[in-house]
Amino acid sequence: MSETYNKPLPKIDPVNRGFWENAKAGRLSVQTCKSCGDKHYPASPVCPKCLSSDQEWGVVSGNGTLESWVDFHRAYWDGFKENLPYRVCLVRLAEGPIMVSNLVGNSDNAKMGAAVRVVFDKVTENVTLPKFEMA
Amino acid sequence: MSELAELKNRAAVIGVGNTAYGNFPDVDEYGLAAQAFRSAVADCGIDKNQIDGLVVCRIPYYGRMGEVLGLDPRWTLTLPPHGRMSGIGIIEAATALATGHAKYVALLYANIGRSRRVNYGGDESPGVWDPFGFTSPGGAHAMAFQRHMQMFGTTTRQLAEVSVAIRHNAGLNPDAVMRKPITIEDHENARFITAPLRLLDYCLINDGAVCLILTTPERAKDFKKPPVLISGFGGQESFTRSSIPNFDMDFWYPAVKAAGDQAYAMAGVSPKDVDALMAYDNFSPTVLFSLEGLGFCKQGESGGFVEGGALKVGGRLPVNTDGGHLSNSYMQGWALNVEAVRQLRGECGARQVPDCEVVQYVQATPCTRSIIYTRG
Repeated sequence: MSETYNKPLPKIDPVNRGFWENAKAGRLSVQTCKSCGDKHYPASPVCPKCLSSDQEWGVVSGNGTLESWVDFHRAYWDGFKENLPYRVCLVRLAEGPIMVSNLVGNSDNAKMGAAVRVVFDKVTENVTLPKFEMA
Repeated sequence: MSELAELKNRAAVIGVGNTAYGNFPDVDEYGLAAQAFRSAVADCGIDKNQIDGLVVCRIPYYGRMGEVLGLDPRWTLTLPPHGRMSGIGIIEAATALATGHAKYVALLYANIGRSRRVNYGGDESPGVWDPFGFTSPGGAHAMAFQRHMQMFGTTTRQLAEVSVAIRHNAGLNPDAVMRKPITIEDHENARFITAPLRLLDYCLINDGAVCLILTTPERAKDFKKPPVLISGFGGQESFTRSSIPNFDMDFWYPAVKAAGDQAYAMAGVSPKDVDALMAYDNFSPTVLFSLEGLGFCKQGESGGFVEGGALKVGGRLPVNTDGGHLSNSYMQGWALNVEAVRQLRGECGARQVPDCEVVQYVQATPCTRSIIYTRG
């Protein structure tokens, strides 16, 4: 895995570490403000709604709906060449935040509003990417 | 001064200039910008040492630019190398003139992306979604257009009308980079880059530079050509989902509407008064989004609006009469503003819009701006 994986990896930092630790354990999470309850993604050093620094990574259901998608026929990184064309999706999680990921498995019946659910792709020893499939 | 509308007709464009557009590996941004500056100075006949305001965009260092041009301005503004900066720069310059920060402002933009092989994606512009291969402004616009197709039934054949019409206009412009006519079938047969977008939905990447010289309407009377007035402008940012760059869930509709409404109110005109529209066309869908936000058609109806060559010179709304970013030159909005000036001066030859009195510029981007130009 890690020896041959040649796609970009997330840049893990103190602010987003919780997300990637949860993903590694098979849990999808969004940053949740402990002051006002706002849920958002990607990670922000303060809550964009109330500016509190008191935030945590709240586990979510992994269910969502498809907002849009795009099929990449060009590889901007060599690691994606073997996957062309590959499908990127925009998902609205049942809990509210939107997230970009890959739509994997058969998605010939993709349409806006269709139900999707998270699947976990362990790409290296340390990184698991949350992806989505048609529900 | 407290109301934005009081800035109506407080600035005028007196000089415009540009380089040739193409692949120039032996010249840098300063060299290209200096050529455009020389051309704009000659266009209006100003003594370049009168210029006391300087705006630079996609030029590495403002100080070096001043050194190259022999200028020590009173007021300087540097803008980042993003496509959405032309509208910001021109509006800031107009405001600086109205408030007395400067008497004559030169705005300079240069791009060497063709000769230096800029990719506009991948490791050049790292983002939080890179692990999923989501990158590039084209990818983001493809995701927006897919959404538009899903919500409103817009088709790729309708999208093709944008590229076909703008290429037609480029054919009327002897200086455009791509002038060979294309058809809807050509568009539909072009290779996918980020489906649903194809090669012909993408703008060019080329080297070149653009310069505009602005002053107040009173001072504008002293120069060679009739001034073109900046009669209205407006703006609205969309920053709260910036981690998905170049994308908006609502196609920038609220932002374009807000910016357009401000500009129309200031200028005292409405969409029906607009003789030509210069719409930022980094990708063809942006033109559709612009038409909807400005109210040329209702939201979701731009696909029908553009059918039948509506955007061609001679059509019901000429758009990007120079060939835009799709076929003339990738000058990130700056050349579209120059084209607005040339149309109002009546300098456009085969692509001239008859009786052209009102030209609107719009950039449907995370920094949405619109500017309305009128004949002085």
